[in-house]
Amino acid sequence: MSVLLIAEHNNKELKAFTLNAVTAASQMDSDVHALVIGNNCAEAAKAASELPLVKKVICVEAAHYANFIAENFAPVVIKLADNYSHIVCSANTFGKNLMPRIAAKLDTSQVSDIIKVESADTFIRPIYAGNAFATVKSTDTKKCITIRPTSFDVCESSGGSAPIENADAGEEFSLTKFVKREEIKSDRPELGTARVVVSGGRGMQNGDNFKLISAIADKLNAAIGASRAAVDAGYISNDHQVGQTGKVVVPDLYIAVGISGAIQHLAGMKESKVIVAINKDGEAPIFSVADYGLEADLFEALPQLLEELNKLNTIQK
Amino acid sequence: MKILVAVKRVIDYNVQIRVKEDGSGVVTDNVKMSTNPPDDNAIEEAVKIKESGKATEVVAVTIGEEKAQETVRKALAVGADRGIHIKADGVIEPLAVSKILQKIVDKEKPDLVFMGKQAIDDDCNQTGQMLSALLNWPQATFASKINVKEGKLEVIREIDEGLETIEINTPAIVTCDLRLNEPRYASLPNIMKAKKKPIEQLNASDLGIDITPKIQQIKVEEPPKRKAGIKVSSVAELVQKLKNEAKVI
Repeated sequence: MSVLLIAEHNNKELKAFTLNAVTAASQMDSDVHALVIGNNCAEAAKAASELPLVKKVICVEAAHYANFIAENFAPVVIKLADNYSHIVCSANTFGKNLMPRIAAKLDTSQVSDIIKVESADTFIRPIYAGNAFATVKSTDTKKCITIRPTSFDVCESSGGSAPIENADAGEEFSLTKFVKREEIKSDRPELGTARVVVSGGRGMQNGDNFKLISAIADKLNAAIGASRAAVDAGYISNDHQVGQTGKVVVPDLYIAVGISGAIQHLAGMKESKVIVAINKDGEAPIFSVADYGLEADLFEALPQLLEELNKLNTIQK
Repeated sequence: MKILVAVKRVIDYNVQIRVKEDGSGVVTDNVKMSTNPPDDNAIEEAVKIKESGKATEVVAVTIGEEKAQETVRKALAVGADRGIHIKADGVIEPLAVSKILQKIVDKEKPDLVFMGKQAIDDDCNQTGQMLSALLNWPQATFASKINVKEGKLEVIREIDEGLETIEINTPAIVTCDLRLNEPRYASLPNIMKAKKKPIEQLNASDLGIDITPKIQQIKVEEPPKRKAGIKVSSVAELVQKLKNEAKVI
């Protein structure tokens, strides 16, 4: 049987994590079909058809798919589900919102947020904020799986030419209305895919002090992250939160500044390749996962760090 | 308006969990248990809506072993009016939980069902969405602000890109984010009063639904440990190490 991969996109382009999800899907079965649901989303469907791992693209368009409401999306997937052994999408807020609505209608026990495909029915997923890894086997004939994007490589994005089929749209679910979306636009790399992330915590003391983080991030072409404490305190917006209930990041370099390192925060960053912790409390748990720990007052250390970075002839981008 | 709030008993969020040596799960004996944190936000929001005069009753429901009742009792102590405890042992997957909750919704006919967006033990993030699918109700997941209107809710949702506002007709399901509100502590008099509030007990096995797990847990392991790092003495040393040793800048 085949795998139906629900593509995440903005009607024009595929979202970056769709490429990770395609890789994961292809490990369940090589016959991967990408489903692009949207409004005027032909460009996104074309981008999906160019992924060499995708064998077919199904495009479903209607005005009521413009805003990605799960209540509208789920019936489209359910209608197509008969032909597939697996239904897959990313475990980000899009997939988390949508997939259980599909799984329940198919009477399938969903496997959430997998980090490894062991076989077509067996997967590894983190539980307890990543403090344990569970190997689980799904006994459902139809499997609904969400994948943790940062645990799978991105697939090739060009060279493919899968056929694009159009399928009929379903009815609109009239009880849910989209009002607005406030996306925070930034010229920085996306938090989920950035090579370097600089994060601030409660130790930053206020939002204004995040300027110190921004200056370092500018220098390193980094995304800016934050602990839940910093977001709760209003220092920075929610889309920056790293952790169990925020985003999971796996950058080459993660610099945690003024973050004590609660297990909920570690859940979102401890797979990073190199971790730096800057904290004035030498006993802070963040040091237990840090490759390089600097016990220092961040208000002295960050300006010094900027100065030292300015001295370097070259910095990797 | 009646609000049903689903709460789950989990290992306390401050506990560093331990994996059992035989790989069968995590140690739960003699470990501090509490209400799943975002479920506390769900209860708090329901109680606040009742206090504002827009709801008349808040019913807390939980599913689990005998001791799961403590979670309902805590909800009663912070303002829920009555409780329901559906007794069930062992692993109950989100799909089974949502089927049980569907039975309770059929019986109680609430206008709203609230719960946390995710349980911090299995980290599934499924139950609310599944319940709304089974009921064919609107869903507002990851809610960080709820505005109750006539026959409707306006909900601000936390999404990866920022914030999204949707409007949903009631009856509806809302899954709550940690930033929705600040849960109150139960006062001693309210804890005493809660002891007198009714908790109805039902057996999951009497509800006529199959709750056998469909996912086999093969093993549970500790994640690979990071090897111990070093402390550097200065910013200059840090930059030198990142440049020449780790080679990441």
